[in-house]
Amino acid sequence: MKQKKVINIQPVTRIEGHARISIHLDHQGKVRLTRLNILSFRGFEKFVEGRAAEEIPRIVTRICGICPWMHHLAAVKAVEGCFGIEPARDGDRLRELLLLMAHVSDKILHFFFMAAPDFLLGSEAACSARNIFGMAARNPELARRVATMRQLAQQMIERFSGKAIHPVAAVPGGFSRPMTADDRKALLHDAVKLLDFALFALDFARKEVFPRVEDDIAGMDDIKTGFLGTVGETGGLRLYHGKLRLMKPDGSFVDFLPVEYENFIEERVEPWSYAKMPYARAWNEGFCLDSSSPRGIYRTNALARINVCDHIPTPRAQEALEEFRHKHGRPAQATLLYHWARLIELVYVSERTIELLEDPDILGTDVRCACRPGAGHGIACVEAPRGTLIHDYETDENGLITKANLIVGTTHNIAPMNLSVDRAARAVIRDFNPGPEALNRIEMAVRAYDP
Amino acid sequence: MKLLSECLHSCAGCEVSLVDNGPDMLEFMRQLEVVHMPLLVDGKYFGQEGTGKEMVIPRADVAIVSGGVANRDHLGILKKVRQRCDCLVALGTCATHGGIPALINQWPVSEAMRAVFSRFSNGRELKFVQIPEMLDRVYALDEKVRVDLMLPGCPPRSSEILHVLKGLVGRQDPGLPSKSVCDSCPVAREGKGGVKKLRRFLDNSVLDVNRPLEEMRCFLEQGFLCMGPVTAAGCAGRGAPLCIRAGVPCRGCFGPARPGGNQLLDMINALASNGIDWKSIVDRPSLLRFSGAHGLLRPARKRQ
Repeated sequence: MKQKKVINIQPVTRIEGHARISIHLDHQGKVRLTRLNILSFRGFEKFVEGRAAEEIPRIVTRICGICPWMHHLAAVKAVEGCFGIEPARDGDRLRELLLLMAHVSDKILHFFFMAAPDFLLGSEAACSARNIFGMAARNPELARRVATMRQLAQQMIERFSGKAIHPVAAVPGGFSRPMTADDRKALLHDAVKLLDFALFALDFARKEVFPRVEDDIAGMDDIKTGFLGTVGETGGLRLYHGKLRLMKPDGSFVDFLPVEYENFIEERVEPWSYAKMPYARAWNEGFCLDSSSPRGIYRTNALARINVCDHIPTPRAQEALEEFRHKHGRPAQATLLYHWARLIELVYVSERTIELLEDPDILGTDVRCACRPGAGHGIACVEAPRGTLIHDYETDENGLITKANLIVGTTHNIAPMNLSVDRAARAVIRDFNPGPEALNRIEMAVRAYDP
Repeated sequence: MKLLSECLHSCAGCEVSLVDNGPDMLEFMRQLEVVHMPLLVDGKYFGQEGTGKEMVIPRADVAIVSGGVANRDHLGILKKVRQRCDCLVALGTCATHGGIPALINQWPVSEAMRAVFSRFSNGRELKFVQIPEMLDRVYALDEKVRVDLMLPGCPPRSSEILHVLKGLVGRQDPGLPSKSVCDSCPVAREGKGGVKKLRRFLDNSVLDVNRPLEEMRCFLEQGFLCMGPVTAAGCAGRGAPLCIRAGVPCRGCFGPARPGGNQLLDMINALASNGIDWKSIVDRPSLLRFSGAHGLLRPARKRQ
């Protein structure tokens, strides 16, 4: 009897991008190879060429409609590098505030709208009900609160800066407008509500979600990789400015400046994916995607940041970090722990938003310094929800882009996601008919990365 | 009503804008059946077992499709969606006019791919396998199938998406705005032609955030390029345009104000008739940055 050999999970759902998981089986129905294919080529690095550099922060936002703020800000910092200027201090502070607020709505979106149905309803739930609408039917109170809080976070951004999705207010030199006392009062009022919600979310997950995560982890033989994230001078978690920290699977690490990234990270292309795959060149071990003995592979996004930082500079998030480390060690490797790490970060960004709003300097009016276009080379990073964003541009004497290299958050995780789906497939597939529940478990390995 | 949502060559911002309706969205969705929506719901093209031979898209009364058409998969999905739905809504400027990704139309696709990938293949062209082949350029949806309703915006306004969907449930014409951004912009215009050349946006406009927008001078009259005159209104409902509120000039994200309009040519006309030297704009093709489909952005002819 002739047997089928390839199972396609397409589209991978409850994620932002466009991907397919293809599982290749051998004649006995065992997994031979599993791949996550990224299906489209957009060419941002090419079509920014020839554009006026100051326009780039308003173009590259369209790389991602879920984290446009991070592209907006990484680009604006890199363009300042090209023009050889430092942003006005007050404007730079406003940019950090917006980055934090954008992290808030993103984390709520991912945890509750995309990932939580797997844990609250379960892989065994009917696929037509395993989603936010199914959650709303079962627990309308929770769904309503989640949707309201996420909407509030987006409205705060829109009220102050014009647009939440595809922002425009960060400009080379700083920010397009200062904050008024009224803006600040309204934002603080809402930010307090968001911190309350963040603490509720962590508590809720501790009771309803993390025990299921821990059960799932116990049955999994997970991958072991390194990690990359941003930290401040004293090793504390940072999302906007800082140095990069590349950690090996054994927990040892090196710190470096964003402008040095090419000495530490190399990119690679495989013919079955339009997304490039970065790997740790600094380890001098090459690149290998064999899930039992990977080489050069590191991960980014929440779990990576929680692993590489020595501490978190806000009190409630630091408490949550200590609890997490006590249970799962450092570095924690289990892929599903991304969800836990994400909620610790939700608490951090909510606390830090309030800190910044309470700082009297937030009302400073020195928001933008004029800039003069010119030839240069600028490299800048910020932490996007999905990981370290690296924007690298070169300009000519007229300030037009001549060359661009972009490493976006998810790109770092393409290689490790390939390892994770392969591991997950080997764990749950035993014959030619794995069925939807098993296939969802494989997708959960991708969803954890929030690609 | 059965609702289908699909995103093609897009960033998911349109779908996030729908989700930004918060509890109103959840409430509205209770009245419908969401038969397919990859961002939030688990429907698969090849069945939940992953072994189907042919792509299956569920039947729907209304389909909202974001993103343009850039590869063979997009085209296959779009054609199938068209067959399976009664009313097809092009959601967002990528779907209606190509959007930012259509900037790539200034280069042949092979050249763009070579530029991005060649350093990984010793300069040879990379042969991709198992993933869909790219088309020759990025297309808007109506270049490939019949579209019943155009809802531009990058992204479209949250409440507008919900309003349109509610209208379709009640089978009413949603009545989309047909004005320009300038028509909905409250800033002060004196109409005097003092500006001869346009400046790049390298320093902030004159703006006092403690005073009403009505007292701010129009960006064009301050000498900055602003796409307001040639761009469709709608980003802020009845309020002031969002970018103007943010203190930055419009860049045209709702596409042309005039149906079938060309934002580049229309803008040049508008400037010329006001005595402004349009050649002072650097990178003029980027005036089509949101509407480069429909053959408007094309590779430059090679000079001999």
